[in-house]
Amino acid sequence: MISLDAKIPEGPLEQKWSRHKKEMKLVAPNNRRKYEVIIVGTGLAGGAAAASMAEMGYKVKSFCIQDSARRAHSIAAQGGINAAKNYPNDGDSVWRLFYDTIKGGDYRSREANVYRLAEVSNNIIDQAVAQGVPFAREYSGLLANRSFGGAQVSRTFYARGQTGQQLLLGAYQAMMRQVELGGIEYYTRHEMLEVVIIDGKARGIITRDLVTGEICRHEADAVILATGGYGNVFYLSTNAKNSNVTAAWRAHKKGALFANPSFVQVHPTCIPVSGDYQSKLTLMSESLRNDGRVWVSRKKGDDRHPNDIPEDERFYYLEEKYPSFGNLVPRDVASRNAKVVCDQGLGAGKTGLAVYLDFRDAIARDGKDVIAAKYGNLFDMYANIAGEDPYSQPMRIFPAVHYTMGGLWVDYNLMTNIPGLFAAGEANFSDHGANRLGASALMQGLSDGYFVLPSTIGNYLADVQPGTRYGTDHEAFETAAKQAQDSIDRLLNINGKRTIIDFHRTLGRIVWDKIGISRTKEGLEEAIADIRSLRDEFWTNVYVPGEKNNYNKYLEFAGRVADFFELAELMAMDALDRDESCGCHLREEFQTEEGEAIRNDEEFNYVSAWEFKDRNGVLEEELHKEVLNFEFVELKQRSYK
Amino acid sequence: MSTNMTIHLRYWRQSGPTAKGYFEDRTLSTVNEHMSFLEMLDVLNEELQLEGKDPVEFDYDCREGICGSCNLVINGQAHGPKKGTACCQLHMRNYSDGDHITIEPPRASAFPVIKDLVVDRSAFDRIIEAGGYVSVKTGSAQEANARPIPKKDADLAFDYAACIGCGACVAACPNASASLFTSAKISHLSHLPQGDVERSNRVVAMVEQMEEEGFGDCSNFGECEAVCPKEISIAAIADMRRDYARAVLQG
Repeated sequence: MISLDAKIPEGPLEQKWSRHKKEMKLVAPNNRRKYEVIIVGTGLAGGAAAASMAEMGYKVKSFCIQDSARRAHSIAAQGGINAAKNYPNDGDSVWRLFYDTIKGGDYRSREANVYRLAEVSNNIIDQAVAQGVPFAREYSGLLANRSFGGAQVSRTFYARGQTGQQLLLGAYQAMMRQVELGGIEYYTRHEMLEVVIIDGKARGIITRDLVTGEICRHEADAVILATGGYGNVFYLSTNAKNSNVTAAWRAHKKGALFANPSFVQVHPTCIPVSGDYQSKLTLMSESLRNDGRVWVSRKKGDDRHPNDIPEDERFYYLEEKYPSFGNLVPRDVASRNAKVVCDQGLGAGKTGLAVYLDFRDAIARDGKDVIAAKYGNLFDMYANIAGEDPYSQPMRIFPAVHYTMGGLWVDYNLMTNIPGLFAAGEANFSDHGANRLGASALMQGLSDGYFVLPSTIGNYLADVQPGTRYGTDHEAFETAAKQAQDSIDRLLNINGKRTIIDFHRTLGRIVWDKIGISRTKEGLEEAIADIRSLRDEFWTNVYVPGEKNNYNKYLEFAGRVADFFELAELMAMDALDRDESCGCHLREEFQTEEGEAIRNDEEFNYVSAWEFKDRNGVLEEELHKEVLNFEFVELKQRSYK
Repeated sequence: MSTNMTIHLRYWRQSGPTAKGYFEDRTLSTVNEHMSFLEMLDVLNEELQLEGKDPVEFDYDCREGICGSCNLVINGQAHGPKKGTACCQLHMRNYSDGDHITIEPPRASAFPVIKDLVVDRSAFDRIIEAGGYVSVKTGSAQEANARPIPKKDADLAFDYAACIGCGACVAACPNASASLFTSAKISHLSHLPQGDVERSNRVVAMVEQMEEEGFGDCSNFGECEAVCPKEISIAAIADMRRDYARAVLQG
């Protein structure tokens, strides 16, 4: 029987983490070098954890699929990182950051985890500044802040529109310093394909060397998966092309529970789709909503140039509907409302699948130079992709899949239900509930990597006999390596007629249409049937080119798409189980007349944690429920009006 | 609706690091002006696979111009014709119907070919490893606002920190020098008080690593600055040389 003990420390909310740190076991400095820790992924969570643990003296093995740790997808985060510094003196505090995050997540996250996140947020800024992260500054030389959706204070630190890049390079550089010092064995272009479990504990991984195709075995005392989110199940998303669910999903199939898989964030401000060849969607940072006004024409099918639509015919729907938050409502609310106006036929442009984000008034108020200084690189990016000048006409934007709140189930120590297997950053489910607020992904990744895992890993390792080695010829390694090789061989031997990308794109459409911004019971049931039949076709009719013992990007994709097929079915099952609307999860059956989510706290105040049973034509999963206890905040219907 | 363009492609094929490479030609007739350059290569690869042929390998990830994975040399220019733009952000509206486009990997002995257009840039990691950081441990930082940094210094540091490590500077340089990459990191850190402390050690270690990796010297051609997708100023190289000379003279 699986135990879903979240291991939340006793005591008042503000003291849980400090007490826990005091009570956790430690590994003495001279013993740390006897322990090896595998960290898969080198984004903010994985990179920060690798650097920090190597600094502490653990022997770290770090793996990434790209050609360098610096390319992890955290690099693409634009807008910023939250912290409760309260430098602007506008009433912020750890409590308020905690409260905003819990409320933003629509009360489907753990109080204790979220409070800890808010608590360590300030240390992250200190750490990043010490590393030389060039945050934006005021003329006083002090750090600048801006505001983001879902908050009424300015608590977001930023480095132009490249905050993720600068924070990641900080973590990467700290990590490379440890590579130089011998604390980290560094493997690039390696993909994790299996986790190895011995006597119920995670003891290693199987990887594929993406250059030679070699299947490699790595043993360790603990394994951390910091492998990001699964937004690419939608094919089109703001994720990098190599982002995938494979590491997490293969761990799931070895027994790790997958939590809240249907909680997927759709970001409201992305550049709309232009054609079938489209390979990804580009996000325009949420920070743009500070100065940009969102609107559509009041007239259906209005084909006038936006600059020719007079003021009284412009429908500033967010400002009208949500006067107190206006354009800065949380992402889920903004995305849903964009869909609503487009469904009403008010959408902009040729496709009707876009709304305007207009800087006309901000430019008139502050001048073009001020707007350019704040958003110049984003405006350039838009002009380059869309071929239109956002200084002289409004941007066209549309929601796109951006972040997955769901992920591997972890306890307060970020350990999955498999002892010794940890999950961090977007790969876990822990902090954002049913919706993530802007500028909090970077915060969570770095919190997990710099401050949480380095403490909690010691608490686990203290009970592991140092120097325990089973050898990579142990039966468990043999079996796992064989599984990895077999699935590659199977894919290469299908020799069908349809390309991998064709299958992935088709899967993505099903998932977007039926498990996207809004869901219905009927649609979800259809999705499950559609996914199954497409998956059956995939396994008999996909064409995987090339060889296994060479660099072969499409072979990598084939394995990832195979995992997305299974995940997609689980997402639909999870969305179907949750007969309520909360955060990003809008079931059309459960909404107010105005389209606001109706939560059902009586029946659904839980984290859904799915246990893989079998996959034999259909996916068999058993649902476990971790009931959320709210001791410190009162559950309310969210209102941003 | 935009109409389709015909583009004549010539791209580098090389089955492995030691194999002999060659150019292959193919004409695409369904290129759309809104496609990115890499999306055009996706279309090429779909066509090849439907004919049972091997797709062309090239590196990419974010397709937003920030991860630095893509590094194609297009008609002899690193990242192609558009200034300040990585090739993943280059759109086909920059080309015309009937154009001929040659695509090669960056040519540098320090960047050996892995397959087709994919090269090994691990030399860049080793340059950073040699000293491209501030030696601060997690948890030992002081309060972030304890030390004000003049805005102009922070902004300048950012300009250099914007480097995405793509290697276009190396590809464009007649000497295959990594001076712009290396000096960008040095200048980012030395313009901030946090990085200034290790300034001398850093410049010596990084410059020596750069030489050890087999990158050439800088002869002030300035090609690197011209192709840099983040438009990093060549002034960084002058700073690096000055700091290096000073550090070596001081011993």
